[in-house]
Amino acid sequence: MTTDPGTFPKPRPLPTADTAPYWAALADERVVLQHCDACDRFVHYPRHRCPHCLSDRLSWREVSGAGTVFTFSVARQPTAVMFADEVPQVIAVVELPEGVRITSTVVDADPDTLRCGAAVVPVFDHQPGEITLLRHRLA
Amino acid sequence: MGLRGDACIVGYSEWASERPALRAPRQSLAQWADLAAEALADAGIEAGEVDGLVCTEVFESRAFVPATIAEYCGWSVNLAERVDLGGATPVGMVWRAAAAIELGICDVVVMAVPADPTPTSPVPRPFDDRMLFGASSNAWGSPQAEFDIPYGNVAQNCGFAMYAQRYHDQYGWDERARAKIVADQRVSANANPAAIFHDVPATIDDVLGSRMIADPLHLLEIVMPCSGGAAVVLCSAERAARTRHRPVHVAGFGERLTHKTPTYAPDLPHTPVAAAAHSAFSMAGVAPADVDMVQIYDCYSITALLTIEDSGFCAKGQAQAFVNDHGLSFRGDFPCNTHGGQLGFGQSGLAGGMSHVVEAVRQVQGRAGDRQLGRHDTAYVTGTGGVMSEQSALVLRGAR
Repeated sequence: MTTDPGTFPKPRPLPTADTAPYWAALADERVVLQHCDACDRFVHYPRHRCPHCLSDRLSWREVSGAGTVFTFSVARQPTAVMFADEVPQVIAVVELPEGVRITSTVVDADPDTLRCGAAVVPVFDHQPGEITLLRHRLA
Repeated sequence: MGLRGDACIVGYSEWASERPALRAPRQSLAQWADLAAEALADAGIEAGEVDGLVCTEVFESRAFVPATIAEYCGWSVNLAERVDLGGATPVGMVWRAAAAIELGICDVVVMAVPADPTPTSPVPRPFDDRMLFGASSNAWGSPQAEFDIPYGNVAQNCGFAMYAQRYHDQYGWDERARAKIVADQRVSANANPAAIFHDVPATIDDVLGSRMIADPLHLLEIVMPCSGGAAVVLCSAERAARTRHRPVHVAGFGERLTHKTPTYAPDLPHTPVAAAAHSAFSMAGVAPADVDMVQIYDCYSITALLTIEDSGFCAKGQAQAFVNDHGLSFRGDFPCNTHGGQLGFGQSGLAGGMSHVVEAVRQVQGRAGDRQLGRHDTAYVTGTGGVMSEQSALVLRGAR
């Protein structure tokens, strides 16, 4: 059986029709979020209808991508074997001023002094192929 | 609104936690039949009386699971339910069965959760990526696959650690309180021959001295996976009057789901436990202070801490002081997970969640041996699925 985890590549996003503009913007080092034109709220992750009001009147707006660390953990043991080369990995929930939270990692941070509330700015991590991951570093 | 409290849990079966597994591998359908037969015998109910079943997954079938189990066990059923709520599944199974019995559509319902090893298949099985990503789905189009897994935000450890980090940031850091939950429950595990840590004591310092896995959670704050399995039988109050043990009424329940991944939780570190608990207590007509024991889901120390708090046993932000002020073992003034909890008993897959139900029934029925509580009429039970995302709660009350 081909179940040796060491043979698995690092998981990468595979965009869908609803999410492709988000990833295309990141490749250009821009952060865009969906905005609901019916209830005037931002939406993340991108989807087909607004999770606040279920309207399909969603448009894209460019934002800075800067925010604050809402919470985080330091994975001392890889969360999955493909991330073994990244430990200790600071996995974070970043809160953007537009009112959405996103999963990110905080790079180049001292895991022992990082605190909730720390200000962070975007890091565009270009991956092989066409995907760019949105990470963060301390402002 | 809600249950009248007529339906009763009347029997159970629970296999001792094992790691490594000592019992021989069997098909999960065979384990289902074994567990069902044992639980029915415990209740004193004939197999032919079964007219409802509630299940989770079995290893041999991806779909049509209730029909496969009904056929395998030889039952014709009026309730055929599959529950998909992660660790909240067993508690969710119990209230669904109780509701169906009160509706009058069935009289005897069996639910089993097999978690012993299955035999090695002679032909290769399709790869199951849950082996790599746990409870997160890496299928194309899954939000987790696209927005969480690529960042390493996979499955459970990291998510519960993020709950802990934010909780402590808002309400204060007392790591010893989290560790005390583990240590107090270990006292109960040491009195439970079926517990994985039956022979292994643990102090607060042992917990805090164990390896850091995902800050701020240490190894001993995280459940030990093991083999096992459990089943319970529910029936109507009328049928319960002719069973072998004290009937345990399902007096109230609640359920609440809000998210899959904590990143998108609406109110973290407030949890959906609060809504589920409020429903369960109000339906049963009791207050948190009225229960004799709590058997609450504890995949992590922080899970139990948040559950104690959001269930209403103390005010928001006060759980650390509450834990420090009370004894949580079976000898203490706040008996919490008297089988050791999953932190002491072990987590036998989804059957780990059933261990809380079984221990509540065992205590209420007065069958808990060395760890039997003196007051044992009313129990509060919870199940947690995902990362504080799926919450179910029960209030159970022994027949007078």
